[in-house]
Amino acid sequence: MAWLLALFETLLFIGAAPLLAGWIKRVKCRLQNRKAPSVFQPYRDLRKLYRKQPILPEPASWIFRAAPYIVFASTVLSAAIVPLVAVNLPTAQVADMIVLAGFLALGRFFLVLAGMDIGTAFGGMGSSREMTISSLAEPAMLMAVFTLAMSAHTTNLSQAMNYVLDTGVVLRPSFVFAMLSLMLVAIAETGRIPVDNPATHLELTMIHEAMILEYSGRFLALLEWASQIKLMLYGVLVANVFFPWGVAQEFTLPALGMGLAAITLKLGLLAIVLGLSEVLFAKMRIFRVQEYLSFAFLLSVLGMLSHIILEAQR
Amino acid sequence: MSLFLAHLSVLTALLSSLVALAYGQRTGLLRAIDSVLSQDSRHYPDLPARVDYLFAPDRFARIARIAPFVLLAFSGAAATLAGSIALLGGTVDQSTLPFGLPWLIWHTRIDPLSGFFLGVLGVPLIAVSLFGPGYVREFEQGKYSLAVLGFFTGLFVAGMEGVLLADDAFFFVVAWEVMSVASYFLVTFQHEHAANRRAGFLYLLMAEIGAIAIILAFGVLASFSGGFNFDVLRDVALSPSWASVAFVLGLLGFGMKAGLVPLHAWLPEAHPAAPSHISALMSGVMLKVAIYGFIRFTLDLLPTLFWQWGVLVLILGAGSALLGILYALQQQNLKRLLAYSSVENVGIIFSALGLSMIFFSNGLKPLAALGLLAALLHCLNHALFKSLLFLGAGAILHQTHEQSLENMGGLIHRMPKMAALFLIGSLSISALPPFNGFVSEWLIFQAALQAGAIPSGVLRSMIPAATAVLALTSALAAACFVKVYGVAFLGLPRSRHIARATEVRYPDMLAGPALLAALCVLLGVLPTPFINALSGVTGQLLGETLPGVSALGWLWLTPVAPEVAAYAPPLVLAGILGVGWLCYYLLYRRTGLEPRRADPWDCGFGGLSAQMQYTSGAFSMPIRRIFQPVFALREALEEQTEGPGQHRVVRLRYHFQVLDRAWLFLYEPAGFAVTRLARWAGRLQTGNIRTYLGYSFFTLLILLWVVS
Repeated sequence: MAWLLALFETLLFIGAAPLLAGWIKRVKCRLQNRKAPSVFQPYRDLRKLYRKQPILPEPASWIFRAAPYIVFASTVLSAAIVPLVAVNLPTAQVADMIVLAGFLALGRFFLVLAGMDIGTAFGGMGSSREMTISSLAEPAMLMAVFTLAMSAHTTNLSQAMNYVLDTGVVLRPSFVFAMLSLMLVAIAETGRIPVDNPATHLELTMIHEAMILEYSGRFLALLEWASQIKLMLYGVLVANVFFPWGVAQEFTLPALGMGLAAITLKLGLLAIVLGLSEVLFAKMRIFRVQEYLSFAFLLSVLGMLSHIILEAQR
Repeated sequence: MSLFLAHLSVLTALLSSLVALAYGQRTGLLRAIDSVLSQDSRHYPDLPARVDYLFAPDRFARIARIAPFVLLAFSGAAATLAGSIALLGGTVDQSTLPFGLPWLIWHTRIDPLSGFFLGVLGVPLIAVSLFGPGYVREFEQGKYSLAVLGFFTGLFVAGMEGVLLADDAFFFVVAWEVMSVASYFLVTFQHEHAANRRAGFLYLLMAEIGAIAIILAFGVLASFSGGFNFDVLRDVALSPSWASVAFVLGLLGFGMKAGLVPLHAWLPEAHPAAPSHISALMSGVMLKVAIYGFIRFTLDLLPTLFWQWGVLVLILGAGSALLGILYALQQQNLKRLLAYSSVENVGIIFSALGLSMIFFSNGLKPLAALGLLAALLHCLNHALFKSLLFLGAGAILHQTHEQSLENMGGLIHRMPKMAALFLIGSLSISALPPFNGFVSEWLIFQAALQAGAIPSGVLRSMIPAATAVLALTSALAAACFVKVYGVAFLGLPRSRHIARATEVRYPDMLAGPALLAALCVLLGVLPTPFINALSGVTGQLLGETLPGVSALGWLWLTPVAPEVAAYAPPLVLAGILGVGWLCYYLLYRRTGLEPRRADPWDCGFGGLSAQMQYTSGAFSMPIRRIFQPVFALREALEEQTEGPGQHRVVRLRYHFQVLDRAWLFLYEPAGFAVTRLARWAGRLQTGNIRTYLGYSFFTLLILLWVVS
């Protein structure tokens, strides 16, 4: 029963990810006084890509063909272990927060390799930049996660959320720092403004788009979908770990419905925050990104220190 | 039983070094056998024919090439078996050898700790022995002597096994020296390159300085206990200050051999200079022997453990990990890069050991056991994947004679099988789930996250800082091996000989790496039985085992408690494969739209050439720029001009070199100081006989004065 629920939740996660992307696009359009496409537009794009015949560049090896599947699978697996509607699901036992970071790293590893597989300058450029940014972002993320884990005495996401729910509304400085850090990391890792711009194909500024430049058809559809899931994953992490209220703690229909409504509301609000920040900020120069990420790292270290100094009671 | 097998493995290693001497001695051996046979050929009439068959030139050369490796493989198998018996049985076997000095008999002993490290030695040794016969073929026709290579390889292996088995300081140091000196000859095997000779000399120098530190460390213990036997040394009563002196000496000696920053600079010089299968043994196994020495000395022999030592080890470990990987990222030579990455991994192991020591000195024994377990597991994992990667680099070197990443590219099309094996090694060393590197890093993180249990606030805040460094290290390691794999195996070939490369011809050369790759996957997917087996070591050293590692069953890994952290690698693997296959099935099999091959789009620019690809140096440029203070960069732009007034630039050459700061700050000043000291002392040597007579005369006078 619990496993079935977990499966259902994962499917919901995967299915709802394009909707979130559509919603963010809509928010941005409205803020920029443009006419917005339907929120279901990403689904139509995915269907269109899926129907097209993919083109493989001549020098491509098996890595190029396998990478989309591996990227998608690892992203789906990381989505499976993040509690979306309900906590105490058995999937959280399979892998904890550190493994979550590992899954994202696994997907990135293959995506970057795929970028280098063709031997184009753009692919190499995107790969090099992606690895640089992620090698700074990953420790910041891990530190934010560690802050949480040390407070909650667990690295199990479900247990950590239970801990936050049980202690009630308490202002923890460490959580504030960790959340800010995680949000900065999320923006960098999902390739949003000001680190990368998902809407551009302007050659010299792109990172994520440069790596997947040679992809087409169903391969591109998988990669686009995976990056939408990843965006939603970070959103759910920020929303559910730091504000877990509303999430279902027992598996009854009202509780689950309540959880669904809560997460929809939270993600909708987060999307508005993201849209606002994307409208207000401009994209950074690539070598300014290190300052941005060092700031995120600093915030998470501050969070850790404030936990140890202010909060750890023995 | 286990000790007998262990002795057998040492003996076979020694035998292999003797058998190797036969190479190239065909006529001499034939003559010797003839002289023996002529005496009693009546009894065995068909013997001469057999000898002739065996000694046919081609066949003899092949046998002499392969036989030492067969013996080495046997030695590795015996060591692994002995180690497994000792580790699983948890028994301690002791015996004495009829060697040594009359009052200093050599003692040997096998216990779970040495048993575990025998396994760490044995498995890569088997793989290397499979890979070796094909690899050394290229030395067969050249100016090098296979006899020398085989002789010192056997001696080197025997030395390492001796270190693991030694039960007294005397035998330990003898075996240690055999290991160091034999490996010096292996480093300088290709001695016509001045760089190799220089690397070998530096290696020998550092090894001997380290050995002196180790001898002094044992000396401190021995002088307070009055014996060299480890059993006697264990019971020594030391004052805290003397214990600290012994610890620092031990850390210096063993840490130098293991390649801790800032003493590491010899390692990336020496390890790549040796033939590749020896590099695999040096990086994969010898460093582990040094770590074994450190664990044996600190956790077993020293009577007490202070938290300050743990802090020192943790800081050195975290620093080595970060600097090692940063330097590895900037290397263009594949084998040098792998050697620097060994510095990183040794740093990770020492960080885990430091954590364990801090926990232990604070009385938190279960957490200390967890830290030690993580360190041991990472030792095994590193032995597996680093040997695999070195053998892969050796295969590339063997097929293309190329070490520089800047000339490689597209090898996945030319060497598909080796490329797949190398990919597994890269994934494992980058600590990605569900491979083995991830398990040990995960355990280290789990141990570090329990830092809240420590009473002291300073330590509590220091451990997360070290953890942050480790997190950065693991992310950079992924970047480093993405670079290696992407530049060497993917893309277009950057030079003509790489474009013509072929897969290795001998299946054995694939079998060795394949064995290691299979173990990397196995240890990554099913780590729980291995971790349970390690409880013998933690029980022996710390008196504590982790009861709850398999609290949820063998599928799950739960180092502290099920509700604190759980990881189920088999389910993770099943999940990835399942989801990936489902997508493949739904998207490809059901629609059947076959992809079309076409020229790369490349944003519409077209005209792709290998020169336009990102190179290895370019790939790591952003990281070089971000971490600039760490590196000593030498950049130069060389302009070639012509025409009136030399204004027209014909060609530009850009050189850049990343130098290790340890060289500039530690090695070069030290070398300089030694030279100056020697020059100053050299003034005594006038070369004039009268001066020397004067010295003798005054020495005599002073002695007489002292005596009277």
